[in-house]
Amino acid sequence: MYQIDNLVKDLVKQHGRAREALMPILQGVVAQHNYLTDEAMVEVAKELDLSAAEVYGTASFYTFLDTEPRGKYVIRVCKTITCAMKGKNEIIEVLQEMLRINVGETTLNDKFTILETNCIGWCHKAPAILINDTPYTDLTREKLVKIIKEYMHQ
Amino acid sequence: METKKLNKVDLIFEHVDPRVILTKAFKMSNDDIINEVIESGLKGRGGAGFPTGMKWKFAAGEKSKEKYIVCNADEGEPGTFKDREILDRVAYKVYSGMAIAGKAIGAKKGVVYLRAEYKFLIPQLMMELDGFHTLIKDIGYNFQIEYKLGSGAYICGEESALFESIEGYRGEPRNKPPYPTQNGLFGKPTVINNVETLVNIVIIVNYGSAKYKSHGTRFSTGAKVFSVSGDTPNPGIYELELGMSVLEFVNEFGDGDTKAVQVGGASGLCVPRKLFASTIIGFEGVPTGGSVKLFNSTRSMYNVLHNYLDFFNEESCGNCTPCRVGCQQLLLGVEAVKKGDMKSSYLNELAKLADTMKVASKCGLGQSVGNAFNSILENFREEIIY
Repeated sequence: MYQIDNLVKDLVKQHGRAREALMPILQGVVAQHNYLTDEAMVEVAKELDLSAAEVYGTASFYTFLDTEPRGKYVIRVCKTITCAMKGKNEIIEVLQEMLRINVGETTLNDKFTILETNCIGWCHKAPAILINDTPYTDLTREKLVKIIKEYMHQ
Repeated sequence: METKKLNKVDLIFEHVDPRVILTKAFKMSNDDIINEVIESGLKGRGGAGFPTGMKWKFAAGEKSKEKYIVCNADEGEPGTFKDREILDRVAYKVYSGMAIAGKAIGAKKGVVYLRAEYKFLIPQLMMELDGFHTLIKDIGYNFQIEYKLGSGAYICGEESALFESIEGYRGEPRNKPPYPTQNGLFGKPTVINNVETLVNIVIIVNYGSAKYKSHGTRFSTGAKVFSVSGDTPNPGIYELELGMSVLEFVNEFGDGDTKAVQVGGASGLCVPRKLFASTIIGFEGVPTGGSVKLFNSTRSMYNVLHNYLDFFNEESCGNCTPCRVGCQQLLLGVEAVKKGDMKSSYLNELAKLADTMKVASKCGLGQSVGNAFNSILENFREEIIY
C-alpha cells in the first residue's frame, strides 16, 4: 500500500511544479487511486503552490477526474445516440443485475462503479463501454456477462 | 434512382516511407511548402474547415523564437471515430505532418492532445513516436513531439479550450481574436491541426497539390475519411472523395429504409429523405468532420434530438450564458412540449433561442447547437410534438 502524499510527491517529481503539471498529476492520482480524495487535492495544491479551490475547480471540470469515491474498476457506458440505439439500456440492466448497484453507485467492496458517459468513439461497434482505460465493443448480453465475471475474479 | 458508385480512395492509410516524405519536404523552402498547401485547397478535417495553408501562412508570419504545432486528437463529436483509426494505423504520418508544419512555420515543438477515451493507444503511440524521433534526428532535423492527455471533456476539442487544458486549467474557450496563429499555446504563435489534416499534408508533399486537387470538387478538394454509423449494414471507416450527394451516400450505406442522415455529428445538420438528392456532402453543402449517421424509419427523431440536447447540456463548459442556459432550456423545452406541459407553438420560441445561441455564444459548441436543433425541428416537427 502507498500513502496518498507519497503518490503525489512521486508524481510531482515526474511532472514538475509548473501549472501545466497539474493535469498529468491529477490524472496520475486517479490512475492509481481511482478518484481524487480531498486529501490528495490539498496535497497537490501544497506541492504546486496553488489554492485547494483552484485544484478542485480544475479537477471538477473534467469528467474523468472524479472527485467522488469510485471503485477499482470504473465502468463507463456510452449513452450517446448510436449506442443508445443499439442496446445501451440492456447493457445498463445487465450491469445493474450483476453488480447489484445503480448507475452512479459503487459496490460495497469498492470494486466496481457504473457510470454513463458521452460518445467514446466506437459508434461503428456499438454498444460500447470503457472499463477504466480499456474499451469493450460490439457488446451483447452474453459477451458482457463474460467480461464482468472475469473482472469479478481478478 | 441514381446508382452512381462512390469514389473510394486509399490515400490516408496507404503506407509511405516517412524518410522519403520528410527528406523531400525539408529540401523545400518554407514558402514553397506553405504555397503548396494553399494551392492544394486543403481545408481542416476536424469539422470547421478553415484553409490549412492560410493558417500556416499566418503563423509563419509571426515573429517569435518559440512556436508550437499542436495536433488536435480530442475527437469527441458524436459519430466520429476516424482519428482513432488513423492514429492506430498510421501515427507516423501524423508525426510527419507535424514536423513538416513545424519546418514551414519555424516551430521545434509539437504536442498531441489525445482524448482520455483513447488512452489505451498510448503505449503503441509512444513506441512509434520513439522511432519517429530517431528518424528525424537521423535526417538531421530537430523536432520534438510530446503527448498530453485529456480527461473527458468534449469542449477541449475547441482549439483555445484545448490550449487551456494543456496549460493545466479548466477547458474554457478563450475570446477570439487573438487567434492561435498569433497567441496560442502558452501565448505563443501556434498552428493547431486535426489528426487527419496532418496526414493530408503528407499526401500533398508526396503527390503534389495538382494531383491532390484532382480528387473532390473545386471547393472541397481531396478525399475525406468518413465515420459511418447508425442504421447501416456496413458501419465503419471509409475514405471517399468529397462532393457526393447524400443520396449517393445512402444508396451505398443505407439499409433501404433511411429516413434521415445526420451529417457532421451532434453539431451538424440533419438531412431528411426529401433533400437527399439535392444535398452535397462537402463545403458547398453540408460540411462534416467525418461523422455520418443514418436513421431508419423505426427511429424516433425526438429521441435523437433529446440525445443530442442531453449531450450538449452536459458538455457545455458553462462559461458563457447563451450556451449554458440555452442548452438547458432547449432540453427542458422539448421535454415539456412532448409531455404536453407546453403548447407546440413553444417550439418556435425554442427555435429563436437556438438562433440566438448561434450569434451570441462564445465558441463553436453553443454556436452549433442550433444546427441539429433547427434542422430536426424543421423536418420532423410532428415527431417532436407527438
